[in-house]
Amino acid sequence: MKWPVCASLSLMLMASSCQNGGPSSYRPTKQELRLNIHSEPPSLDLRKATDVTSVSVIRMCFEGLVSLDENGMAVPAIAERFEHSDDYTTFTFYLRDAKWSDGQPVTAHDFERTWKTMLLPTFPCEFASDLFILKNGEAAKLGRCSVEEVGVQAVDARTLVVKLDHSVPYFFSLTAVHAFFAVPEHIVSAHPDWADNSTEKFVGNGPFQMKEWRHHNFIEVQKNPHYWDQEKVRLERIFLTLIEDESTELTMFENAELDWAGSPMSTLPIDAMASLKKKQEVTTYPMSGVYYYVFNTKEFPFNNIHIRRAFSLCINRKAIIDNITQSEQVPAMAMIPPTIWKEERRYFQDHDLKEARREFDLGLEELNITLSQFPPITLSFNSASAHHKIAQAIQEQWQRTFGIRIRLENKEWKVFLDEMRHYKFQVARMGGIASFKDPTTFLDFYRYLSSSNNNSQWTNPRFTELLEQSEKIFDQQERTALLMEAEKILIDEMPIAPIYFYTGSYMKKPYVKGVYISDMCDVNFKMAYVETK
Amino acid sequence: MTKYLIKKAGILLASLFIISTLTFFLMHAIPGDPFVQDKAIPEEILKALHKHYGLDQPLYVQYAKYLKGLITWELGPSFKYQGRTVNQIISEGFPVSLVLGVEALFLAVCGGITLGAIASMKHQRWQDQMTMVIAVLGISVPSFIMASFMQYVLAMKLDLLPVARWGSFSQTIMPAISLAALPMAFIARLTRSNMVEVLQQDYIQTAKAKGLNSITILFKHVMRNALLPVVTYLGPLTAAVITGSFAIEKIFGIPGIGQWFVMSITNRDYTVIMGTTIFFSVLLLLCIFIVDLLYCLVDPRIKNPGNESF
Repeated sequence: MKWPVCASLSLMLMASSCQNGGPSSYRPTKQELRLNIHSEPPSLDLRKATDVTSVSVIRMCFEGLVSLDENGMAVPAIAERFEHSDDYTTFTFYLRDAKWSDGQPVTAHDFERTWKTMLLPTFPCEFASDLFILKNGEAAKLGRCSVEEVGVQAVDARTLVVKLDHSVPYFFSLTAVHAFFAVPEHIVSAHPDWADNSTEKFVGNGPFQMKEWRHHNFIEVQKNPHYWDQEKVRLERIFLTLIEDESTELTMFENAELDWAGSPMSTLPIDAMASLKKKQEVTTYPMSGVYYYVFNTKEFPFNNIHIRRAFSLCINRKAIIDNITQSEQVPAMAMIPPTIWKEERRYFQDHDLKEARREFDLGLEELNITLSQFPPITLSFNSASAHHKIAQAIQEQWQRTFGIRIRLENKEWKVFLDEMRHYKFQVARMGGIASFKDPTTFLDFYRYLSSSNNNSQWTNPRFTELLEQSEKIFDQQERTALLMEAEKILIDEMPIAPIYFYTGSYMKKPYVKGVYISDMCDVNFKMAYVETK
Repeated sequence: MTKYLIKKAGILLASLFIISTLTFFLMHAIPGDPFVQDKAIPEEILKALHKHYGLDQPLYVQYAKYLKGLITWELGPSFKYQGRTVNQIISEGFPVSLVLGVEALFLAVCGGITLGAIASMKHQRWQDQMTMVIAVLGISVPSFIMASFMQYVLAMKLDLLPVARWGSFSQTIMPAISLAALPMAFIARLTRSNMVEVLQQDYIQTAKAKGLNSITILFKHVMRNALLPVVTYLGPLTAAVITGSFAIEKIFGIPGIGQWFVMSITNRDYTVIMGTTIFFSVLLLLCIFIVDLLYCLVDPRIKNPGNESF
């Protein structure tokens, strides 16, 4: 009877005593980086990709007209210089002598054709609305005009002229977003399946090129010898595993099988955060994103502004960050993240119970009901442990402060989205990461009642007017003042209760250098390298 | 016998038709759209996407198209993984799950029967109790806990095996053990209880009295009768194990087919939901059919239906 006990004891002893010297002393010998990108990219055709995973790989293999430097400023990339008209409606890009990874030149025609294809009514592109900013972009997608009338034209192989629907002072930085990249038209027109596998047809213009893609297993990219700035690229190879389990990723990182774990390609397991932070191995960076609760302003009782304000003021954001999310998020008392607007904007005080109770009483009075007549409120969120924990905390805060009943409703992701889309909710959790570095990326959600992201069904004529006005103002300071006024209206009327601004957390091996992550989750490996033995 | 088999084959086809019809309509009854994301897309673009994938057509037209595709085994493109067809997804994922499944099945059957045999031969002694403790552990410890535990001990602490990924034999060991644990424990218990029962039968006593050695008795007389329930269990088990496991594939990063069963529903990837469900159903029904055939070989009562009196 004793041998199995002895065997398991000795196994455990071996396990605890074996100080695995390998992982901690590992140093790379080659310019090679091993990352996990969490899941299979749904599409590496940049005209169809919408998710962080796909975009991470696309940014390795492709480059836009401009790229953003570490301060978020537009710097030349495929375009060596660029200029704009005084009213910011016409932009001209002068392309450098860049090449695709098959040695063919990158031309302005590639950009023109790519953007126009995405705007074809028949082309399946989920984010085509990002290109509605182009003149006639929306009309072309809706089939109201020919795609040839869209405001993008290659004057010659090296000159691209873009005409916009309205004035957009931040358009240069927008062209650093993958929606404005180009695909190699000489390949794509003949091979519609060019980006489905790692064949010689997978041609890009970025610092790396596709070497091998084993679906759901791994992706391997290598340095692109035809890249225009290839002298600056030091990494020879990036090996990407596609493991979904965050704990496995962390174990592999600790076992020196990966050089990076966590954001932006994946996430660190929330349960391990506290212990990892104690070991001071986690790096946290601010992201241009906001986590918020949205009120259905067409539904009683959230049709009342005071009730909305009361619910928002009551939330203890700091407690949620300290005890639940634990990733140094910033309490949000505004809509626009501090990464976009550095100015301190606190439109209200966090966890202001006195004011919350006052607003609540005012709301009851305006609605002409007593506390006992106040209906039970349903708080909806999608199934994920962090959302659930936050909802539980807020449920408790609301119930305790107002003496009302809050019911939590946990829904599967697609069901949740479906109900949000059809406004079947009272209060629901939402979150958003900026698509581009401008406040309108968030404010536009509520521009019109018909705006597709306006789940709250809130509208305010002055707010809409300010956003429309801001499109005609070219002076940055003046424009910012208008947009700030709009943000203030939004926060005053509280169709949403902002909770915190996102952060990203990752761990990397000390020998990994030169990786640049933008606050919009874009990661750039162009200048990355490893310190070898 | 032939009549029996034809009847079984008929039931198989009818079941398949019912499963495919039910899955199709249930799937469309779940709320949610394949293309809706947290960042809302304009209604016009959504309509264009629906048109592109034929989702704008009436349900009965979609159903007819899908049935036609099913007959020709053209299962259509994935909505989420653009550029990949359901046929590709199955033909790339299934071999991986099959290799892992066969490995796990081998472990489960060999380990389970051996443990069960030991337990029954040493009935009520420490070997029996020890085996049953292992079996209870195998049944009650979820596979993902066992997987994480093994990753910690065998990969991180002892550095004997790689943590995860797919490509070499060493990478299959931990997932195969995790997959095999539950069926192995189940088979061990099943074998034990049946063997204990058979060992008490008169014909075993007779065999012993005739002076046959214990190995011959075990294999020729005990096993043949005791393993019938195990054979029954093997049918659905084989279908389940060779089509992978969501949890194990996720933890070890294995590009098998198991994860698609769950992922396709989460993504409302209609074509993949249908393709994987039908594929699994075909396998399951085939395995059950083979078990029925095996019964004919093992159990003489089925060979001669009607002769049930002995």
